[in-house]
Amino acid sequence: MATATASTPVRDTGIGALLRHRAVTKLLLLAVVAAVAVPIVNAKWASGAWPDALTVDLSEPLGKASDWIIDNRDSHPLFVYFLGHVSNAVVLSVRGVYLVLLAAGWAGVTAAAAVVAWRVAGVKLAATAAAAFGICGLLGMWVPTMQTLALMTVAVLASVVLGMLLGLAAGLNDRVFRMMRPVLDTMQVLPAFAYLLPVVLVFGIGVPAAVFATVVYAAPPMARLTALGLRGADGGVMEAVASLGATGRQRLLSARLPLARKELLLGLNQTIMMALSMAVIASVIGAGGLGDRVYQALASVDVGQALAAGIPIVLLAVVLDRVTGAAGERLGAQTEDTSVFRGWRGWSLAAAVTLAAALASRFADRLEWPTSWVVQIAEPVNTAKDWMVDHLYTGVPVVGGTADWAAHFTTYVLDPVRDGLQGLPWWSLLLIVAALAWVIGTWQTALTAVLAMAAIGVLDVWNASLDTLSQVLAGVAVTLVLGFAIGVAASRSRRLERLLRPVLDVFQTMPQFVYLIPVVALFGVGRAPAVFAAVVYALPAVVRITTQGLRQVSPAAMESAKSLGATNWQVLRQVQLPLARPALLLALNQGVVLVLAVVVIGGLVGGGALGYDVLAGLARGDLATGLVGGIAIVCLGLMLDRVTQPTERRAKKGA
Amino acid sequence: MGTRTTRTTCTRVIASVGAGAALLALSGCGKADMSKQASPYANAAGAKTVTLSVQSWVGAQADVAVAEYILKEKLGYRVDKVQIDEIPAWDALSQGRVDAIMEDWGHPDQEQRYIKDKKTIVPGGDVGVTGHIGWYVPTYFAKKHPDVTDWKNLNKYAKDFRTPESGGKGQLMDGSPSYVTNDKALVENLDLDYKVVFAGSEAAQITQIEQFAKQQKPFLTYWYKPQWLFKKVPMTEVKLPAYKEGCDADPEKIKCAYPHTPLQKYFNADFAKNGGDAAAFLKRFKWSEADQNEVSLMIADKKMSPEDAAKRWLADNEAKWKAWLPRG
Repeated sequence: MATATASTPVRDTGIGALLRHRAVTKLLLLAVVAAVAVPIVNAKWASGAWPDALTVDLSEPLGKASDWIIDNRDSHPLFVYFLGHVSNAVVLSVRGVYLVLLAAGWAGVTAAAAVVAWRVAGVKLAATAAAAFGICGLLGMWVPTMQTLALMTVAVLASVVLGMLLGLAAGLNDRVFRMMRPVLDTMQVLPAFAYLLPVVLVFGIGVPAAVFATVVYAAPPMARLTALGLRGADGGVMEAVASLGATGRQRLLSARLPLARKELLLGLNQTIMMALSMAVIASVIGAGGLGDRVYQALASVDVGQALAAGIPIVLLAVVLDRVTGAAGERLGAQTEDTSVFRGWRGWSLAAAVTLAAALASRFADRLEWPTSWVVQIAEPVNTAKDWMVDHLYTGVPVVGGTADWAAHFTTYVLDPVRDGLQGLPWWSLLLIVAALAWVIGTWQTALTAVLAMAAIGVLDVWNASLDTLSQVLAGVAVTLVLGFAIGVAASRSRRLERLLRPVLDVFQTMPQFVYLIPVVALFGVGRAPAVFAAVVYALPAVVRITTQGLRQVSPAAMESAKSLGATNWQVLRQVQLPLARPALLLALNQGVVLVLAVVVIGGLVGGGALGYDVLAGLARGDLATGLVGGIAIVCLGLMLDRVTQPTERRAKKGA
Repeated sequence: MGTRTTRTTCTRVIASVGAGAALLALSGCGKADMSKQASPYANAAGAKTVTLSVQSWVGAQADVAVAEYILKEKLGYRVDKVQIDEIPAWDALSQGRVDAIMEDWGHPDQEQRYIKDKKTIVPGGDVGVTGHIGWYVPTYFAKKHPDVTDWKNLNKYAKDFRTPESGGKGQLMDGSPSYVTNDKALVENLDLDYKVVFAGSEAAQITQIEQFAKQQKPFLTYWYKPQWLFKKVPMTEVKLPAYKEGCDADPEKIKCAYPHTPLQKYFNADFAKNGGDAAAFLKRFKWSEADQNEVSLMIADKKMSPEDAAKRWLADNEAKWKAWLPRG
């Protein structure tokens, strides 16, 4: 993030003019190409939507593939000798971790969390960690929390190992690095929802499939940051180590990796956060644990119970984020620890405390969280939700109820955008995509975007994809308006920023599913609630990046503008916003990716289009519908990412 | 020199990764049985575990709640519940990831594949409840317009059922894509001026129905019996052309109503054989529609925990559940 926004401010005027100039050239070139190609294309396939002649029907081969897998899963060598073992290994390791957690009992686990947090991150975080686990127990979610923790441990370990291996290869070899970058980029743009089905088909419903889906999602940041850390190693130090006659391996182990510690830890942090955000989505394919409780509670329209299961996920995320973050900062600080408990002494004390707590609870026969200590929050939450629904849904004087807003939003925003997109000739959409992607990026990004868009047509899901696209565009527009407004306000007031921080934390880590039912209660079934849920989810990232971007604008520039007599508004519009342009572009990019991720889950509340296809595929075991829908989502994600991504990629998803 | 050593390091890394993979392959020389893949959370810490698949509708949750309570409190099992959609649940059952499905609405393809061909699943008998899918309008609307309950008059009312989502047509609200439905074909084949809008999940559908009912608005929805929601929002079925055996054979040409289905239980074959008391009890589990609705209503409407709801039902119906316990 820091590198993302620091570099550009000063060179705007000169480059800006040049950029505009270059943009014009690009557009002219594109216009020439279009002038030649469009008449030909139009003469051959004159139709508004994607022409049938250019589609491929995959339903038969995909249906056959899925039947083949199910019929041969018990006998084919690929499964019997390889995938079956992989699946067993996952089950065994998750089980192993789970048994250890159960054996430690709630006291042991809480104590372990506290002392580990104390050793890596200090007393304050130790208290937070202990409190967080206590709350998980109080909410009556101890066992599901342990199941999720066991699954997360294995998934994060696997992601870290895989990510580090990939990162090592990319960090040490330029060609691998170049080849891997687009792959990692792509992996991070994919909404997780899109690739659940193929994983399920191979591994069946359950924990192994959930772990694999999580690893695909969570390994890229680790790989990326490992490679970044290794490549960024100080040249002078490397030279010195080499001159001492160290072998390649010695240099790697004694210099490169230690120098990359900070990036490695940041990678771990990102991996953990992404894995946790998968915990609930993976419940759709039977991951069990907290995610499953959220999913089950929502099925009986029990928002309170869903929240009770959602809070532990938020707490786990906050604790793990803060602890790994603090560990990273400590590494950088290099302060000499002078306390009595430094080094091995501290750690053995930690181990002793954990053991004592575990044994104490074992001998007191209190291994399981006592049921009498459970606090029911479901009822008050549901009462609050019912009140909101009763009083806000419709007929509120002057402003109108939420249902009326949703209806207006659908009729006056979503419908026209969708109909407009679907009404445009198909080749004109390709041209628009090409123009946008080329102006903001390079010809390669433009080509990727156009090919992704064309693939959607070839797969014969053109109309459904444009429906989804219209929801994304509407969602992004709302997110940006709100996000920039809040971001500007927060960048001007430290107090507001402090107030916002915990709110943003909660909204960002709360599983997306938790929003789905309240939005139905407020906005009814359809596309509108899907879009609103997406806005809620994407808003925190946009607010954060905007605030940070505006904050980093050099105070000198603002001061000088003020001294020339500019009003606050003028400073914001003419100095701050232009200088923070890279950050704002990044916010746009993140907004688009995050909105897409939730809009497709909106299939669960009537969002229809591609999300519905994936859902239907999963629910009916119908690979053709599900996989084609999934691929289309991926293509849409790629296209949107490329269209909104400035020339060089600057920061990671989830930053 | 710099590049050469990096390359050797790289080769070494690749070599060691390769060695690791080979080791994994060697250690994995035995056969892995994909049909015995219990959940990692099963039978942990010395407890016997039964894993039940919970379907997303509340009726199935009621079956599971009562079965779970008895398994836990009376037979000493630990119960894991996993929520999975209907068809993947069959697959999970065949792999042993779940031990039992407590309520199935009829899946001929799956029965053929897993029961007859692969023999990894065995039927577990009737639940005791008969299910029926149909189209429903709220009773307050049917009373005002009695002729809406015949499909032939539906086009007359299309404008009453219009919503922002249905465009210019009437809205026929469907639920989760996993539920058995012929509605798109029916709308087409019966020439109805309607659009099928999928709520996406039962939860979303119930929430929407309750909202409509609160405002006394007309709506047309795919719905099914038995269902606790009828007690809160009385609904009247719309008559579709009568169901005859085989009229739903070709999904494209369907022109008739949905059948009445006696709901079934299914078990993993291995569990049915070696599941001990748990399997014996689940086989004998059978209750009535009224019983199921009573528990469903407690869970979904009164927001009781499934455990409390089951406890309350057990307290009032001792004779019924005692008969399910394995004898001896």
